[in-house]
Amino acid sequence: MPTKATPEPPPALSKKDFQTDQEVRWCPGCGDYAILSAVQQVFPELGIPKERFVIVSGIGCSSRFPYYMNTFGFHTIHGRAPAVASGLKMSRPELEVWVATGDGDALSIGGNHLIHCLRRNVGLKILMFNNRIYGLTKGQYSPTSEQGKRTASTPSGSVDYPFNPLALALGAGATFVARGVDIFLPHLKEVLHRAASHKGSAFVEIYQNCNIFNDNAFAYMTDKENRDEAIVYLEHGKPLVFGKGRDKGIRLDGTELEVIPLGGESGEDDCLVWDESTPGPVLPFLAAHLLPPQFPTPVGVLRAIERPTYEQGVAGQVRGERESKGEGSLEDLIWSGDLWRVGDDGKVARLDS
Amino acid sequence: MATDLAPPPTPRPSKAVRERYRDVVIRFSGDSGDGMQVTGTQFTNTAALAGNDLSTLPDFPAEIRAPAGTLAGVSAFQVRIADHDIHTPGDAPDVLVAMNPAALKKDLGDLKHNGALIVNTDEFSERSLKKAGYAANPLKDHSLDAYRVFEVDLTTLTRRTLEDTGLDTKARDRCKNFFALGMVYWLFSRPLDATLEWLDRKFAKRPELADANAKVLKAGHAFAETSELFQARYEVEPAKLSPGTYRNILGNSALALGLVAASRQSGLPLFLGAYPITPASGLLHELARFKRYGVTTFQAEDEIAAVCAAIGASFGGALAVTTSSGPGIALKAEAMNLAMMVELPLVVIDIQRGGPSTGLPTKTEQSDLLQVMFGRNGESPLPVLAASSPKDCFETALEACRVAVRYMVPVVLLSDGYIANGSEPWKLPDPAALPEFAVARRTDPEGFTPYLRDPATLARPWAVPGTPGLEHRIGGLEKEDVTGNVSYDPANHERMTRLRAAKVERVVAEIPDLEVEGDPDGGPLLVLGWGSTAGAITGAVNAAREEGLPVSRAHLRWLNPFPANLGDVLARFERVLVPEMNSGQLALLLRARFLKDVTSYGKVQGRPFFRSEISDRIRQMLNEVPSVH
Repeated sequence: MPTKATPEPPPALSKKDFQTDQEVRWCPGCGDYAILSAVQQVFPELGIPKERFVIVSGIGCSSRFPYYMNTFGFHTIHGRAPAVASGLKMSRPELEVWVATGDGDALSIGGNHLIHCLRRNVGLKILMFNNRIYGLTKGQYSPTSEQGKRTASTPSGSVDYPFNPLALALGAGATFVARGVDIFLPHLKEVLHRAASHKGSAFVEIYQNCNIFNDNAFAYMTDKENRDEAIVYLEHGKPLVFGKGRDKGIRLDGTELEVIPLGGESGEDDCLVWDESTPGPVLPFLAAHLLPPQFPTPVGVLRAIERPTYEQGVAGQVRGERESKGEGSLEDLIWSGDLWRVGDDGKVARLDS
Repeated sequence: MATDLAPPPTPRPSKAVRERYRDVVIRFSGDSGDGMQVTGTQFTNTAALAGNDLSTLPDFPAEIRAPAGTLAGVSAFQVRIADHDIHTPGDAPDVLVAMNPAALKKDLGDLKHNGALIVNTDEFSERSLKKAGYAANPLKDHSLDAYRVFEVDLTTLTRRTLEDTGLDTKARDRCKNFFALGMVYWLFSRPLDATLEWLDRKFAKRPELADANAKVLKAGHAFAETSELFQARYEVEPAKLSPGTYRNILGNSALALGLVAASRQSGLPLFLGAYPITPASGLLHELARFKRYGVTTFQAEDEIAAVCAAIGASFGGALAVTTSSGPGIALKAEAMNLAMMVELPLVVIDIQRGGPSTGLPTKTEQSDLLQVMFGRNGESPLPVLAASSPKDCFETALEACRVAVRYMVPVVLLSDGYIANGSEPWKLPDPAALPEFAVARRTDPEGFTPYLRDPATLARPWAVPGTPGLEHRIGGLEKEDVTGNVSYDPANHERMTRLRAAKVERVVAEIPDLEVEGDPDGGPLLVLGWGSTAGAITGAVNAAREEGLPVSRAHLRWLNPFPANLGDVLARFERVLVPEMNSGQLALLLRARFLKDVTSYGKVQGRPFFRSEISDRIRQMLNEVPSVH
């Protein structure tokens, strides 16, 4: 379990410490409950004092998240959570700032803030609940809805091609990109732990079922009978193997990934060994494009690389200026430039600046 | 007209007579690439160091380099220097320096009758004349007979001065503004040293350019001296400024200093979220240089991110500021409302420019008053105040910050392009005498709720993340009174709406009574202004009173709330004239609030009022028979 070094061990916290007295108002059966539970279980395991956590959200079902977490929380406006959180993290780098957002909030109205936050590598943990639908506004298609989606606003089917959120994050230069699934609690917790210990922007897409407006959107991979064939777990240093009885693998063939049967001519040694830390974007980008039905859906950590964070850079410049020039005084600042003095006798004399 | 670069062997006294002036207005006008802003700024700084009072008006196009030689590309800098207290950059120039035909065409109409006109004859080719829209050469057709014209082949003289420098023609030609400046320095008997020192600093890494410009500046000076072109020189004595130390300051620079001062006086680190926009970018540039004062600047991906990042920083306990102009403020509206709803301190600075839409980016206007008052969804009153001159920006910034943190509210500070880029001498304040406003942050968890209010200010506690026991949630959804929990209760919504408005109304406690200059007990006419019209109004009213006219004036710094005595002041005057660089926005507010039939005088031309315009209107109103209701 990754922990942070603190001068004194804080009192042990439990899930209960992170629950609020507010009635949770998601629809019964919503995937958000599972995500909330996972986060409430992970936070006390991080060994960080409760007052250092801040959850910032935008607008949408997912963005009600802060109200149900007994931490500092800020439910902001549609799409802007990464911008608000960036300002907070820049001014208070010691805080643990998490962003709760959805596919509409993060990729549609807030797309600009998301990509710029990721390219800057601001130290935020961004949990993007992807249910491929607008829930709170009652079921319009979202930027991750599949093409042809019939909804209230697209009775003839949507014409747009969807975003691939992982590829988008990678394209924006994200240093940590992962995917979890609402109902796979132990795996989701593991992914959240990894995000928590990452320095810099951590982007986590969480597949989340909206049982009212887009039920079973992920059933093709989450149903018990489909799981083995439809999911491949990305584990650093391990070959990409999946299928009932681990009978299939994924091989790198030139610049493409392909599924190969295992057990006959090919074995696990022929499969691509997953490496989340390759400096280049190619490998995680290929993984992000493993799409059904041709491929199993990858879950786990696609990318985890180290790069100085934005808030470190900003604070470093302020520190550097203060070290090289000294902390400025207000007197120096006001009394700068070309100065002149008017004496009591009205005489004007130029001062050396 | 050969010139000798070295001073003449035996300096002979110039035959030009020195004529004393109380004030002189000079305008440098040329192509965007001609360096007119630099030239004007250098003349201004030298005048400031000579002790003159002064006021400047830069006027440049929105395009960085419009097609050379066209009217669209003309960039001008006007400065008025005086031996007495002045308030405006002057209505009409006494001296016009025109670097090309386009500048002449655009600015000649403003030049005073018999004014001095220095023209660069080298640029008056047939092609240039055509570009500027001249059918015939105005230097040859007697159309300039009403002026004292000084024809100088500035480009040729500059090239000749730099013959041996090894600079190419393009680089040499870029120095010609300093030839003109050298001439003007001689014309005004001004020393060259401040500009020479500036050149050394500016071109520290390219000494050959510092040398070339210095050489040209001196050559221009020597040319004016020896050519006997001018029969008279201008003498403007130092102004009787009150004793103290001064610097010349731009409005945007004064705002930046005021914000840093507020950071010091409040003990809070300053955070600026901004996106580049004319004419507010200067503030971002200034503050970005102030890192050693603990200032963090964030150039965001857009206007919305800029204000949102500032709100995030404010949540974290910083003194948070966002700066923009009209179009950017429109984009920030939703986030400003969030800050209003969650009751976090924030200072929103709007450097107004000509609108609507992209409008006139580099020109001035006061047309965002109603936008910042009402341009948000729902019931959303915010405190609004406006700076009235470049130096006033310093105090106004301090005041905006003080109110924001004391009342836990976003405050809007209005400035405009005129004072943002204009400058005047600023008597430096004693930093020890600035108001302190130490900010109390909540640390005690006992009895804490996020919307418990201070009974005096109605401010809620500032409980910043990291404080043990104060974990709480805020957001844009309506809050339950005291607890801050989400509430859809109808009566609670009305109560909270009124509480938020009442909090803004309480800011009136910070606002001194409005002072009337002239006849405080009332009279036939009051001229009431706000923001950057202060100079023109003061000049016009003072002149009218010297003529014995019964007119008074008052100027508003606070637009919301208004000073407590404003209604009384309005009632004391038969008529109230409200000049604004918009079509009557303050007048609308005054009529709605006080049912006073004020007379609106709107000017929407992208440039400030002339003093004479307001003088004329004062005379006209005093001559009218008072209307009977």
